[in-house]
Amino acid sequence: RMFCNKKKLIEVERVVKANDREYNEQFQYTDNRIHTSKYNILTFLPINLFEQFQRVANAYFLFLLILQLIPEISSLTWFTTIVPLVLVVSMTAVKDATDDYFRHKSDNQVNNRQSEVLINSKLQNEKWMNVKVGDIIKLENNQFVAADLLLLSSSEPHGLCYIETAELDGETNLKVRQALSVTSELGADISRLARFDGIVVCEAPNNKLDKFTGVLSWKESKHTLSNQKIILRGCVLRNTGWCFGMVLFAGPDTKLMQNSGKTKFKRTSIDKLMNTLVLWIFGFLVCLGIILAIGNSIWENEVGGQFRAFIFWSGGEKSSMLSGFLTFWSYVIILNTVVPISLYVSVEVIRLGHSYFINWDRKMYYSGKAIPAEARTTTLNEELGQIEYVFSDKTGTLTQNIMTFKKCSINGRVYAGELQDDLDQKKEITKKREPVDVSVKSQTEKRLHFFDHSLMESVELGDPKVHEFLRLLALCHTVMSEENSAGQLTYQVQSPDEGALVTAAGNFGFVFKSRTPETITIEELGTLVTYQLLAFLDFNNIRKRMSVIVRNPEGQIKLYSKGADTILFEKLHPSNKDLLSLTSDHLSDFAGEGLRTLAIAYRDLDDKYFKVWQKMLEDADAAVDERDERISGVYEEIERDLMLLGATAVEDKLQEGVIETIASLSLANIKIWVLTGDKQETAINIGYACNMLTDDMDDVFVITGSTAVEVRDEFRKAKENLFGQNNFSNGHVVYEKKRQLESDCGAEDTVTGEYALVINGHSLAHALESDVKNDFLELACMCKTVVCCRVTPLQKAQVVELVKMHRNAVTLAIGDGANDVSMIKSAHIGVGISGQEGLQAVLVSDYSFAQFRYLRRLLLVHGRWSYFRMCKFLCYFFYKNFAFTLVHFWFGFFCGFSAQTVYDQWFITLFNIVYTSLPVLAMGIFDQIALDTSYWTVINHVFIWGSVATYFFILLTMHSNGVFGIFPNQFPFVGNAWHSLSQKCIWLVILLTTVASVMPVVAFRFLKMELYPSLSDKIRRWQKAQKKAKPTHSRRPQTRRSSSRRSGYAFAHQEGYGELITSGKNMRTQNLPPTSGVEKMLYNNASWVENLCEKTADTVNSFSQEKTVRL
Amino acid sequence: MAMNYNAKDEVDGGPPCAPGGAAKTRRPDNTAFKQQRLPAWQPILTAGTVLPTFFIIGLIFIPIGIGIFVTSNNIREIEIDYTGTEPSSPCNKCLSPNVTSCFCTINFTLEESFEGNVFMYYGLSNFYQNHRRYVKSRDDSQLNGDPSALLNPSKECEPYRRSEDKPIAPCGAIANSMFNDTLELFLVTNESDLTLTPITLKKKGIAWWTDKNVKFRNPPGAGSLEEKFKDTTKPVNWHQPVYKLDTDEDNNGFINEDFIVWMRTAALPTFRKLYRLIERRSDLHPTLPAGQYYLNITYNYPVHSFDGRKRMILSTISWMGGKNPFLGIAYITIGSISFLLGVVLLVINHKYRNSSNTADITI
Repeated sequence: RMFCNKKKLIEVERVVKANDREYNEQFQYTDNRIHTSKYNILTFLPINLFEQFQRVANAYFLFLLILQLIPEISSLTWFTTIVPLVLVVSMTAVKDATDDYFRHKSDNQVNNRQSEVLINSKLQNEKWMNVKVGDIIKLENNQFVAADLLLLSSSEPHGLCYIETAELDGETNLKVRQALSVTSELGADISRLARFDGIVVCEAPNNKLDKFTGVLSWKESKHTLSNQKIILRGCVLRNTGWCFGMVLFAGPDTKLMQNSGKTKFKRTSIDKLMNTLVLWIFGFLVCLGIILAIGNSIWENEVGGQFRAFIFWSGGEKSSMLSGFLTFWSYVIILNTVVPISLYVSVEVIRLGHSYFINWDRKMYYSGKAIPAEARTTTLNEELGQIEYVFSDKTGTLTQNIMTFKKCSINGRVYAGELQDDLDQKKEITKKREPVDVSVKSQTEKRLHFFDHSLMESVELGDPKVHEFLRLLALCHTVMSEENSAGQLTYQVQSPDEGALVTAAGNFGFVFKSRTPETITIEELGTLVTYQLLAFLDFNNIRKRMSVIVRNPEGQIKLYSKGADTILFEKLHPSNKDLLSLTSDHLSDFAGEGLRTLAIAYRDLDDKYFKVWQKMLEDADAAVDERDERISGVYEEIERDLMLLGATAVEDKLQEGVIETIASLSLANIKIWVLTGDKQETAINIGYACNMLTDDMDDVFVITGSTAVEVRDEFRKAKENLFGQNNFSNGHVVYEKKRQLESDCGAEDTVTGEYALVINGHSLAHALESDVKNDFLELACMCKTVVCCRVTPLQKAQVVELVKMHRNAVTLAIGDGANDVSMIKSAHIGVGISGQEGLQAVLVSDYSFAQFRYLRRLLLVHGRWSYFRMCKFLCYFFYKNFAFTLVHFWFGFFCGFSAQTVYDQWFITLFNIVYTSLPVLAMGIFDQIALDTSYWTVINHVFIWGSVATYFFILLTMHSNGVFGIFPNQFPFVGNAWHSLSQKCIWLVILLTTVASVMPVVAFRFLKMELYPSLSDKIRRWQKAQKKAKPTHSRRPQTRRSSSRRSGYAFAHQEGYGELITSGKNMRTQNLPPTSGVEKMLYNNASWVENLCEKTADTVNSFSQEKTVRL
Repeated sequence: MAMNYNAKDEVDGGPPCAPGGAAKTRRPDNTAFKQQRLPAWQPILTAGTVLPTFFIIGLIFIPIGIGIFVTSNNIREIEIDYTGTEPSSPCNKCLSPNVTSCFCTINFTLEESFEGNVFMYYGLSNFYQNHRRYVKSRDDSQLNGDPSALLNPSKECEPYRRSEDKPIAPCGAIANSMFNDTLELFLVTNESDLTLTPITLKKKGIAWWTDKNVKFRNPPGAGSLEEKFKDTTKPVNWHQPVYKLDTDEDNNGFINEDFIVWMRTAALPTFRKLYRLIERRSDLHPTLPAGQYYLNITYNYPVHSFDGRKRMILSTISWMGGKNPFLGIAYITIGSISFLLGVVLLVINHKYRNSSNTADITI
């Protein structure tokens, strides 16, 4: 991390006095102006040149240039080096200048943002850059915070305010900040705020986002300040009308800027390979130089000495040694073309070309949102062809994050949605159910619809079970509703599954309208019915169910319960036996299709029993010790003898083509790990839905341990299991051998059978510890599929780092949200799904496109092509330069090792940048792999023949009388070309050498193709064989009938909401002003969010859950 | 009727570009170039293309090679070494450093007559005209007649730049080391009384036209050549100044063809340079009839010190230049290899095709 401000005095602590600029000036704190730009007009040239010559390649050529200026050494004239060097340096400089111009522009834009500052007891608009430490500024809702502030007061009660910290830490959930009570009393009273003269003594600027220590001294009392009182620059104020804050850190001192280290410069392995190659070649060059230098010394001694009459040499007695030394450098200059400067430029050009092809690819263009693919980094293309691990986010990446109510089973009858966009049907229905459907329509038009005539009929016929089923869906949930001025219902849900269920019920005539802590109002087939909410038996991960106890207007008390089938089935009344077996058949069908299922049941309660139970609950609630256990015991008590109603199946809709993409990627031996913040069940469910987990798998290891030891034991057990089965299946494999292989982590190749690993966030935290991570990695590498659930953004990055570090593999991370930012940043290649919420993921990504399925084309077409092109290019490039340069080595033996060149200087200068650059580039950019067949397009022809023509044109020009007349010293080869080319021998030799050099290659390739079938043939055969062996890779998972009865239970629900509802904490009973903006509406339940965050103290991120739906 | 649910609703606003009107502009163009669908030729090596190519190359190259070889063999060439290191050699006496001007005569016999134009070369061995310090030691501007360069030669000419406080013309090591033996050729018409008929050696026409007319020019100005060079001095090794290289005004000074030929440095340490032309007299008589010849040498050029050798070469030429058996042999070799490869590949292809067919069936 880079500390941008190098102060003369290292600040130990900071003293800031509010509203007192004179006082604060003595400390010379930086103001709020930020500079992310590197240069200005004056400093651009020196700094940029300095930076450029820090690059090894440029420095090397500068060094060569200097060598060439020494007459004793100079074997080539200076222009042979300076022409390409100037070309390269100026191109880079132009690029840097443009980049910096844009940085200036964005700096200016940020620095000129307006904020309201309290100056001279008045609120005045001031540019951000003029804000000073100690100023009091006013922020309004949805404004960016200008500097690191001490929160003084806000519009919300208790001085609360809500901020979104996405720009800082990538988390999109709201965080709460609370002002000191003494300062929150100031409110919006300008005159009092202007008189505020507290002094804050706090830590010096640092980059720790989650820590702050300081003391506010005001009115003779001291108040401790913590991170809870601080609003950091980069945050956005949400859900809070206004707030006042006092600037503590400004500009470069803010934690945001302190954190903005240089973005890591990603390098591809080809880059590294190229650098090593260049080093090796350089070493080779030095060797050649030494050989030639020794040769020169010997020659000078043996031959040159006698030749003094003609070749003077004033070197004195020990002349041969000196001559050898000088010759070495001369040869370094001559032979430098083996590492030509144009290599780096050419590589950049090729990559740029490839990037454009990605941008231009119509097959990666998403017409739904009009988003083309974008290569945001142009330097990583060939790395795409070497990806071994893909780390994928789930929500929004694999799935569309659209929950669709797909099927249900009511009283033993399956109602399956017809999967068609039948417009007529839809219209018919929308007419019938005006109040709901009109609003739904706009949102759902483009999606698949659930519709079942028979269910509709059953509703209309008044089937009591169906009614009860739908009523349950409308009653038993934690959804909050909001009706806006236009009478449209907006549901706020904490789990999208529930939203789907409630909406589904609404569409069949049971519309959830509103709730208070004591009542739930629904509209049943057009009539409003209010139920009394007697008890809310909340969901948690152990119970895996939730229930409500309500009293209907008729006075009947009913318990409605929904939950995991495995749990709920145990609670059923024995009379449900037949229905149970029928329903569970349906459930396993649903599960087989990858749908998320919930079992639905109810129970009629009599008043007396309920009263007794309520008493028990109160007792349990009042208990001091083991309260939670006792409460859940009480819940158990009433949740029994349930009557089964049926089951629901909700589809977490996968994005289009996800299954095929994953199948192709795993065919390409790319391993896909799913890292999701979701719950284990949902994650597993999605794993099944996209065929990453299948019932054919030999085993799925689920790691849920909560201590390091437990986790390790689970890993060990899983591994034993894995090898045990293996040994069983093919007994001849020696275990010891496996153990050996394990150590170098190559064991996954020896493991037959398919395994999968599912690991929980808690366990992952331990698995990433140093002594367990090897076990984890080993096991994970042996599994075909790895699913990590409940992971935090940081853990995502850690997993990626782990694989990157210990597997030496090329990794790709793909995600759509702010929570994927860290993962995208740390992977070799980050891919952002564009067109989704927010832009954070896209902004830090290297590539972005709109749909997960484009990954296939990106990796298997663009990546592969880029890789092959780059490899071919490098081979071609080094070949031509070696061929070109080694002539000088050979010639050295004939010219007394004197570093005399064979070619004329201009040919050497132009060889790389003019004569041979385009054909190589054309191949590098346009070649398409069909493995060993090249791809010759018009462009290749134009470039090759064009280059040949250019060569002859330039040659004849330079050897012409005219040019000689102007520069006799630079072009002394007048007439050479003409005289040489008019010799018939020349042409005969050209023909002969061409044929002689091409013939062996052609023969070799032909033989290889004949004797050993090429890789493409092999792949084709292999694919054929695969298809025959495994016809199970079908388009839809429906065809796969699972033999094992698997629960499809998955529910993205969290504990704690029931309490919130019954307490009424999250309900805005106050008159909410007509919601003006969307943002307002989205975040008006922020206190609920905050409470929840406190309640679920675990670190699990809940960003994807608290969102709203507009109906 | 629909039960869809979208939890991740847009928070930061929709995509920057709304679908609809803007869609057209953002969709990449459907051009063959951008979609990488340019019509292309993919060279696939099949038996049908490779084998005939090899045979055809063989069938073309072998005749060409034979043609070149025969042509080259028809060229008459004779080399006479006159270094004089062998004690028996007539020129042996000239090796002594004391002898300043030395003449020697070597006789030789042409077994066959030389027809057509005959070229007379001098050849030097072990002479590093391609040494870097040697090659760059010249000033092309001076040789081009540039008056300022004449009086102030390039630094590249050091240490042969100035002598006796005067600029050297022509400066540099190349010019300084110019070959200065004189060779004369006589035909012994009557062996009994040794009647010698001198062979006419033409000194003009041995340099390239561009060199003579463009690259090398005497300094401008009126007056004699001597006056033009009056402020300069001769190269240290030369016996006489540059304006006395010849009496012919058109072959004197910088445009002396012997000088021009010398100034075109050789690429290898063993080389030959054109010395004189012996033009064909008539169709009836051979240019050099078979018989005995005397080569008169004015031995000036010392090569003994660096183990060099000096030769005189007489050669006729053909359409493809001088004697060069290598090219013909190379053509024949490559042609034969190509043909052989064709045969080998044909056999392999034939064998493999059978086996691969069966292999395909088993899959």
